[in-house]
Amino acid sequence: MQGSAGLMWIYRGYVVAFFLYLVAPLVAAGVFAFNDSMFPSLPWNGFTWDWFFSPSEPKLGLFHDGRLLQGLGNSLYIGVIVAALSVAVGTCNAFLFVRKEFRFKNALYVLMVVPLVIPGVILGISILVLASTIAGLADQWFGVFLTSLRPGIPLVVMGQFSFLVTITSLVIIARLEKFDISLEEAALNLGASRYRTLSTVTLPFLFPAMFSAFVVAFLVSFENFNTTLFLVGSDSPLTITMYDRMVKAGSTPVLNATSVVLMLGSGLLALLSIFAQRPKRA
Amino acid sequence: MSRDAGRLSLILLFTPFALWILLLIILPQIGIGYVSIREKVGINTYEYGFKNYFDFITEPVYRNTLLRTAWMSILVTALALVIGFPIAWYIAKIARERSRAALFLMCLIPLWVSDLVRAYGWIVLLRETGVISMTLVKWGIISQPIEMLYNDMTVIIGLVYTVILFMIVPLVSTLQGMDDALLEAGYNLGGSRVTVFRRIIVPYAMPGIVAGCIITFMLTAGSYLTPILLGGKNSSWFTEQIYNQFITRYNWESGSAFGVSLLVFTSFVVWAGLRLTGQSLATTVAKE
Repeated sequence: MQGSAGLMWIYRGYVVAFFLYLVAPLVAAGVFAFNDSMFPSLPWNGFTWDWFFSPSEPKLGLFHDGRLLQGLGNSLYIGVIVAALSVAVGTCNAFLFVRKEFRFKNALYVLMVVPLVIPGVILGISILVLASTIAGLADQWFGVFLTSLRPGIPLVVMGQFSFLVTITSLVIIARLEKFDISLEEAALNLGASRYRTLSTVTLPFLFPAMFSAFVVAFLVSFENFNTTLFLVGSDSPLTITMYDRMVKAGSTPVLNATSVVLMLGSGLLALLSIFAQRPKRA
Repeated sequence: MSRDAGRLSLILLFTPFALWILLLIILPQIGIGYVSIREKVGINTYEYGFKNYFDFITEPVYRNTLLRTAWMSILVTALALVIGFPIAWYIAKIARERSRAALFLMCLIPLWVSDLVRAYGWIVLLRETGVISMTLVKWGIISQPIEMLYNDMTVIIGLVYTVILFMIVPLVSTLQGMDDALLEAGYNLGGSRVTVFRRIIVPYAMPGIVAGCIITFMLTAGSYLTPILLGGKNSSWFTEQIYNQFITRYNWESGSAFGVSLLVFTSFVVWAGLRLTGQSLATTVAKE
């Protein structure tokens, strides 16, 4: 767009201000992890690693805080399971919608996208209600006690899986649509079996998308709060543990330290997924 | 490939999809619909009817909370569009090739950080003993620390912050596809900036605008952490009512009625938005 230089500078200033707005809370959350104080606020009392490594109260560091570490462990465990499941089902969905023709395909495709526009809270309560109803009926009719349908890690996995499949499917579908089908035909003509063609031609082509779908699913699972909130039992993941801490005990810089670790971790994973997609992009 | 093998692979691929949609999406929604129309009258005895919905409509607190959530979500969506569009335009059209990728990545950074961390960052900045308040006192601009948390303004700032990336990303990808020649043609034919914007840019960007608005609106209306942490106990956010009914009061019947109301309401807004702009879910949201 043509325009006077003055307007352009105002525009640039606006863009800069916007990015400051984006990073300000993240910087604030990060910096106070290193302040030698009992509260995450000014004044600045000097630099310290205590909120990460201090082994004793009152400044119990993150890496000695049993409950936070337990939450971190639960989050990792849930994230890996959910991401693996969603990538597996997402890959099936991609082949289903890209390669197959069947009745009501368009309607079912819309149905596949729908979980993205259902609020997470609703997914949480609806799965909680259904699971509890089934568990209740099983108890009443057969006297079976289905603990895995009571709030806990299995339910959290189901809740997060329910909408993550949409995300992984969309990512993998986008990649599979770019695949040149003549490559598969060439492999088949050269005498490769269907299975061999799939494992040596098609899946390697899809792999970058599957990998970044895995990373995205893992991160979204790790960060998820709304759906998880209704489904947690005693083994709560990190976001729930942090939230409890924030609401009940008030905020101490150990939460800032946790935030720093989370930001570094997700930043690294995000970069990894970007680089996995980049070199092979046609 | 023989037809039987084709059918077999279709069934094998269809099964996980069907199980997922049926067991985790459709049945649970039917489940809360069912629970919402029953009422507990004794141990394991229920009556069926629309009493829960009736209570919901007649109790002003609940009704107003939903209206307030709706109104604020629409406001946040509009703000995100107005604030985000110039940024998306800058990234897609003005920035040079190299800085474009960097700016886009910078836009995505907060996306990778949990809602909780973002809300926590705002708390550290805005509360009475927070960074902004203390700095202003130190500089002598205000004489006493001020509490900037727990009001609607802060909730809106925090919500816009949480969702604006979901507005910018679809906008950038739509605008990047636009040929600059369209703009030149518009100017050459004597169009003013306003005309070019209204008649060329906006129609072209419409799928991106609609996709961004839908995602933003859904995320805002369904958000929990930001309004509660930044708005305090009296944020009156609808998801908080659902939580209270479900977890605090253990009243699943009315909690389900609330959930169904929220779902119906948000679906209606999404449907109306798609209708008004002539888009469909498959051409907007699924394009990401």
